[in-house]
Amino acid sequence: MIKTDAIVIGAGPTGLFAVHQLGIIGLQSEVIDNLDRAGGQCIELYPDKPIYDIPGIPECTGEELTNGLLKQIKPFKTNFHLGQRVEEIKEENKSWIVKTNTGTLFSAPNIIIAGGVGSFEPRKLSLKDSEKFEGKQIFYSVTNKNLFKNKSISIFGGGDSALDWALELSKSNKVTLIHRRNEFRGAAHTLSEIKKKEKEGKIIVKTPYNLKSIEGDKTMTGIEIEHEDGKLEKIKSDYILSFFGLIMKLGPIADWGLNISNKTIPVDTKSFQTNKEGIFATGDICTYPGKLKLILSGFHEAALAARACFKRARPNETYRFEFTTASKSIHDRLGLKSD
Amino acid sequence: MPKITYISHNGKKNTVEVATGLSVMEGAIQNNIEGIDADCGGSMACATCHVYVPENWFNKIEKAHEAEQDMIDMAYEPKKNSRLSCQITVSNELDGLEVITPIKQT
Repeated sequence: MIKTDAIVIGAGPTGLFAVHQLGIIGLQSEVIDNLDRAGGQCIELYPDKPIYDIPGIPECTGEELTNGLLKQIKPFKTNFHLGQRVEEIKEENKSWIVKTNTGTLFSAPNIIIAGGVGSFEPRKLSLKDSEKFEGKQIFYSVTNKNLFKNKSISIFGGGDSALDWALELSKSNKVTLIHRRNEFRGAAHTLSEIKKKEKEGKIIVKTPYNLKSIEGDKTMTGIEIEHEDGKLEKIKSDYILSFFGLIMKLGPIADWGLNISNKTIPVDTKSFQTNKEGIFATGDICTYPGKLKLILSGFHEAALAARACFKRARPNETYRFEFTTASKSIHDRLGLKSD
Repeated sequence: MPKITYISHNGKKNTVEVATGLSVMEGAIQNNIEGIDADCGGSMACATCHVYVPENWFNKIEKAHEAEQDMIDMAYEPKKNSRLSCQITVSNELDGLEVITPIKQT
């Protein structure tokens, strides 16, 4: 059981800044995120797209902002529990016990939910039949490419993941790359490699086609794809790989007894506390009159939530407001040498 | 104000007034139209405000840019007439526009 002052759920910009705000007032925190790296939407959805509305930073990318925040919280030596999704929350003696899907247990008087629009999950195929083959013959990511040796593989998608895997797996398999339109989006070099392999007959490219049905009862034997003009075609397939990016799902948060309206959590704007004492919500996942879904709003919300955590984390102490410019104790926490 | 009609996958029509300058997605969110999620809030990063635009309107709307097409690739059951409603700006010319929401967004 990991004990701390506050558990931060979500390692996006708001969660990272919450760690900072907790840190400068002397509170420890542990961060949990379903993704395998920090940054949240900034890193998953727009790592290279410039953001123009961070105060004092005229322009930065999602990745640069994330790196800046990680640097800013470095002095607090916070533990990150990545690739884990919080499954359960329960109250025990004025503390919150948090359990992740990998079984890690935490105990803290405070939880700050900075979960964005929920956790990222791969977007799945729309066919109902796809569920029964998922994890056996249908995959949304590749963890063991040896599984596919000398097999017929149908790859769906038009982006880099689909293209890269088509190239890689074409070395020892029969690969069909299927996409809904004629244009692919991917690095120029990758696209020319695909063209080359297509000419050599190493990859069959089918556009503009969509998946129509999956054939086979216990074992998938093939698929049927539909051309934009309605023409159908059957393809023998041992495996389907589908790369349609990530979606955001609220997931287990909905089961924690919190008030939820329109996939967001209503909060009191004095402290960003939810309907549960000691559970706070900040960033895109919280809602209140006038809420703006901006990163800068998340920073403000995190600052107030962090201070509200103090009372439950240090019930016998009084919180004193201090400025980072002048406070000796904040400088100590930041590891600055006193002059 | 221009009137926009949101038609659900089972044919239910919902006509609302949407101020010019707003996106068709914002019009849906402000009027609690079901079938449009808009998870990313309009930053063209999620494809959960995906709609089908009937042929008679499709060509009247400014064409989708490449980045929008790239994102539509990710949408649930995209078709030829797919658009992201966050990228359609309501104007007087679009008064009467109809869009069809897909059976689901994810």
